[in-house]
Amino acid sequence: MKRRLRDVPWAVVMLLPSVVLIAVWTVYPLVKAVQNGHLRCDVTGTKCIDAGWGRYWDVFISAEFQHALGVSLKLMALTVPAGLVLGVGLAVLADKHLRGIGIFRTIFSSTVATSVAVASLVWFVLLQPQIGVFADLFSGWFPVLKNPGLLNDPGTALLAVAFSSIWANLGFTFIIVTAALQSVPRDLYESAYVDGAGNVRRFTNVTLPMIAPTLLFVTVVLTTRALQTYGEIALLTGGGPNPEKSTTTIPYLIYGRNSIISGDLGTKSAAAVLLFVLSLALALVQFRGLDKRVHYGR
Amino acid sequence: MAADTVRGVRKVGRYTLLVVLAVIVLFPIYAVVLQALKTGPDSLDHPRSLLPVDLTLSTIKAAWTQGNLGRLLMNSVFVSVMVTLGVVLTSLLAAYAFAFLQFPLKGPIFVLFLATMLVPAEVTVVINERTADSLGWINSYQGLIVPSLASTFGIFLVRQVFLQLPGELREAAALDGVGHVRFLWEVAAPLSRPTLGALGLFTFLGTWNAYLWPSQVIRGDRAHETVQIGLERLKNNDISKINLVTGGLVVAALPIFIMLVLFQRQLVRGLTAGAVKG
Repeated sequence: MKRRLRDVPWAVVMLLPSVVLIAVWTVYPLVKAVQNGHLRCDVTGTKCIDAGWGRYWDVFISAEFQHALGVSLKLMALTVPAGLVLGVGLAVLADKHLRGIGIFRTIFSSTVATSVAVASLVWFVLLQPQIGVFADLFSGWFPVLKNPGLLNDPGTALLAVAFSSIWANLGFTFIIVTAALQSVPRDLYESAYVDGAGNVRRFTNVTLPMIAPTLLFVTVVLTTRALQTYGEIALLTGGGPNPEKSTTTIPYLIYGRNSIISGDLGTKSAAAVLLFVLSLALALVQFRGLDKRVHYGR
Repeated sequence: MAADTVRGVRKVGRYTLLVVLAVIVLFPIYAVVLQALKTGPDSLDHPRSLLPVDLTLSTIKAAWTQGNLGRLLMNSVFVSVMVTLGVVLTSLLAAYAFAFLQFPLKGPIFVLFLATMLVPAEVTVVINERTADSLGWINSYQGLIVPSLASTFGIFLVRQVFLQLPGELREAAALDGVGHVRFLWEVAAPLSRPTLGALGLFTFLGTWNAYLWPSQVIRGDRAHETVQIGLERLKNNDISKINLVTGGLVVAALPIFIMLVLFQRQLVRGLTAGAVKG
């Protein structure tokens, strides 16, 4: 017992910096946001009354939140499956011992070096309606590129944001899936080959089950990132085109400079907490639903 | 013979596919870099803008001056280095406590730490902005740095490595009268260098690339802006000068590209630490 307590002073000293920082900048804001989510404020955002837990429901069913929720879910549907398929496809294609394969691997990993701001501004420049490269090269097939521009058409703006996100996340997915592919024991392929399994069957019966835990991880990360999309919106569309607000995601509704709730601490807090609950719930569903089919073979 | 031909055709097919996909993935970067290396009018003359001719550094120079990029880069380097050092230090200390020290409620406390990993910045920024405001940290380096100085992920990662070190190491050191601080500094930390390197690289990249928090805690103060939020100013200019943005992009992305080429192995190691082993 004495031995157990001898280390306590040291433990306190060593844990203190992390405890204080995490308490002040992660735990306190979470608790405070949950509390503030009860507040209903007047138009100026200064006078607030405590409306209780019911306030969350009010915010959830409000037109603004429902719209932003729809945009966020649409963005998720546009980016997650496509990003996953592209990343896995590239990784499988490059998982062969060919001369010069290292160059291709470096190229496919390269977008991991682009930040949200850099990737978004790259696409902002390329997609300019009158003077962008894409407008000049492809407007014959896709007139929307020139008039009004992919980012300015309410019907395509979110798609443009999705392009930018998929491209920016491709390097991350590629690197992780490549590492997973390399950890699949080669003799499994050989025995499958001996058993007469073709390329397709080897992929579905050996590769996929072996990399399933990694795919689950990547799916959860991509989903979370899609739900947290803020920088892309701020830089590419500013939540517009307006008045449709076709790209106002939940994070942009909360943090956007010209968001209609930007001065309303209560509603912002409630929306932030709802976003947290939503991403947590989705991650749990993905783990539950996919876990049954995932084979942790190690 | 026939089998060889089939194999040869397949190989050519695979290479062709790889090249096409590589061109598609690289195209945005290629187009932007070439535009950055041309004068304004040349950069808008498509598709000639895609040919590596008439190259000049004038656009990048103009972007450098107009975008105040020297200052932005310096801010980003300073903030990222400070956060990286801080995270490595706080992670080492906390991980040491969890791995080598005995204290009551160790397990539950560790689980509580892990739970905070689930809380995304998107939730906490609403309140953190007000906390920063009340501390007078809006438009300051403290505001950019301090909230990021501890990392649950870092603590978790370093603890994993510490737990893999042989237990006799600490016992032998204790018999020799080596205290905790010296053991951490001279034995445990050096033995975990690869993991610390990966953690450092990741923290640096994450801080360098951060957008949401800097965009909220820095409100138009050019002296403290990081590259990521400062770049946007180049876009607000005259639309025909859009190539200034490309110049800024090249300057902002180049240091990271160089870093990633140099530290490719650590990057892959860090990225996969969370994924493959769960």
